[in-house]
Amino acid sequence: MTNQKEPLIPAVGVVTDIRMDTPDVKTFRVVTPEGKKAFDHKPGQCAMLSIPGVGEAMFSITSSPTNTEFMEFSIKKCGCVTDWLHSMEVGQQITIRGPYGNAFPVDTEFAGKDMLFIAGGIGLAPLRSVINYCRHYRDRYGKIDIVYGSRSMQDLVDYQEIIDEWSQDAGVNVYLTIDREQPEWDGHVGFVPNYVKELGFSTDKIAVLCGPPIMIKFTLAGLQELGFDKTQVYTTMELRMKCGIGKCGRCNIGAKYVCKDGPVFRCDQLDELPDEY
Amino acid sequence: MRKISLSKLDALFEEIAAAYALYLPVDTKAGAKFERWEAGKTLSDALNTVRSAKDFFFPQTENLMDFKMEGKNIEVIDTRSESEDFVLFGVRACDVKSFEVLDRVFLSEPADTYYQNRREHGVILSLACTKLVETCFCGTFGIDAASPEGDVVCHKTEDALYLDAKTEKGQKLMAALESVTQEADASAVDAQKELIRERMAKLPLANLSADAFGDGKTSEFFDAPEWSELSQSCLGCGTCTFVCPTCQCYDIKDFNTGHGVKRFRCWDSCMYSEFTKMSAGQPRLTQMERFRQRFMHKLVYYPTNNDGLFSCVGCGRCVAKCPIQMNIVKVMKKLGGREND
Repeated sequence: MTNQKEPLIPAVGVVTDIRMDTPDVKTFRVVTPEGKKAFDHKPGQCAMLSIPGVGEAMFSITSSPTNTEFMEFSIKKCGCVTDWLHSMEVGQQITIRGPYGNAFPVDTEFAGKDMLFIAGGIGLAPLRSVINYCRHYRDRYGKIDIVYGSRSMQDLVDYQEIIDEWSQDAGVNVYLTIDREQPEWDGHVGFVPNYVKELGFSTDKIAVLCGPPIMIKFTLAGLQELGFDKTQVYTTMELRMKCGIGKCGRCNIGAKYVCKDGPVFRCDQLDELPDEY
Repeated sequence: MRKISLSKLDALFEEIAAAYALYLPVDTKAGAKFERWEAGKTLSDALNTVRSAKDFFFPQTENLMDFKMEGKNIEVIDTRSESEDFVLFGVRACDVKSFEVLDRVFLSEPADTYYQNRREHGVILSLACTKLVETCFCGTFGIDAASPEGDVVCHKTEDALYLDAKTEKGQKLMAALESVTQEADASAVDAQKELIRERMAKLPLANLSADAFGDGKTSEFFDAPEWSELSQSCLGCGTCTFVCPTCQCYDIKDFNTGHGVKRFRCWDSCMYSEFTKMSAGQPRLTQMERFRQRFMHKLVYYPTNNDGLFSCVGCGRCVAKCPIQMNIVKVMKKLGGREND
């Protein structure tokens, strides 16, 4: 926590780098005014970023916990706070508090397993943290397969990192797809759920899904057709949040609070929640 | 146990007010309301205040912090100053119980320090009920209106106020009141308790049971067809949540003063469509879904997370204040099956 004793009071963060990922996604690098990482986190955890006077919103931490110098956030421009963030310049201060939520069980359930990551659009943001964590501790995991799709080639987040680094790693396979044909694209074309079924993965691995609800729904069904059990599949949830500590009531689903009990859920755990997410 | 003659209540209040900020229910044009005591103010005879006593620990609106903005730089300023010790006098059994419901939310890790600070500074002098009204159903949740919890438990008989310290905080306060109170035995209080319990047993909602609800019952009630009919006329006005002593949902908003930014927290309501609205979508699109959320939270979700404790204390405020006469009692009767027929 930024401030263990005062969970609602944020620390100041400085944006030291802004990278344009896609026409509507930018990746922001944030450090404290002293140039340090604001707090430690685990893969899958989130932070509250705010621009005082504009508002506060929860974002997944995109960078890996193994990076001890700074944090990164890949943010899609889609509302009040994100519009403002997209208009920011390097050097601008924001506020930051966290980390919030649970994390992917990278050191327990994932340990020693083959990993299959499946992301759609901005859904890659929360997965980047865990993918890079698994790549950093490469010998702790088996084969890593990454399926990533977006509307167009220009909408693939972290494209350069995927091509220059992920695709080059031994034991890591990257499968990219886009929704519609593009003249400059010679890769796969088609929706993620269908591509996953086409690829026909063996069922002895852990699958981690993140993307729009409709993509998650169809991909999960596809994985089950392939023979995956829901206990092998993890996803992250997103709901509106204000406090981040399970008190304001906004992200309450059933007896769970997404900010505190999530955002990471195993798919069989989701079955226990009422159907309203 | 000690007592003071009712004719000397002012002397008691004066003595308390010498060391604490004293708040008690007084009658106003808008009904009974907790106000700071000063000479001339008298204790309301009303059963309950219009708004519950939760404001003292979780105010309707509060300034959480300020931000000083200069160029690209931000300074975060914690605007809190030490709060003074205060006494809440005349809190009814239902409202005292609501503090426990709120505590489990706000004091669970990580604790809400704004709430925690006020809880530490507040001393509760509860007051056993004497008259009851037909909207009361605290007994449904195991609350005894004749014997409330609190730091000091008070009973008002025809001629005297009896005070019984129950906690360290209460004992400390009572020690300061020795000069105006005198030692008393419990016989008058016991007689009054018996009378109140007899009256409670005759209330129209005396047999309302919450047994059908409780932890882990989500699948039993979530898809119940009754929600649609029950919520049909709900206006989504949020009155029920605002008069409720246990509702704790809130919003955080910034306000630009022109000289800087103030960050506020204010009560919010799951009955409002904006409550869960995101740029990506809205998980609860209809009033039926929002209505269901409120009652599922009180009767199922909260007990699941809190050892079976319900998030309702049967104060009856929502029963009295809903503009379309909808309330938790009707929900419990409709969904609770034969037990509540």
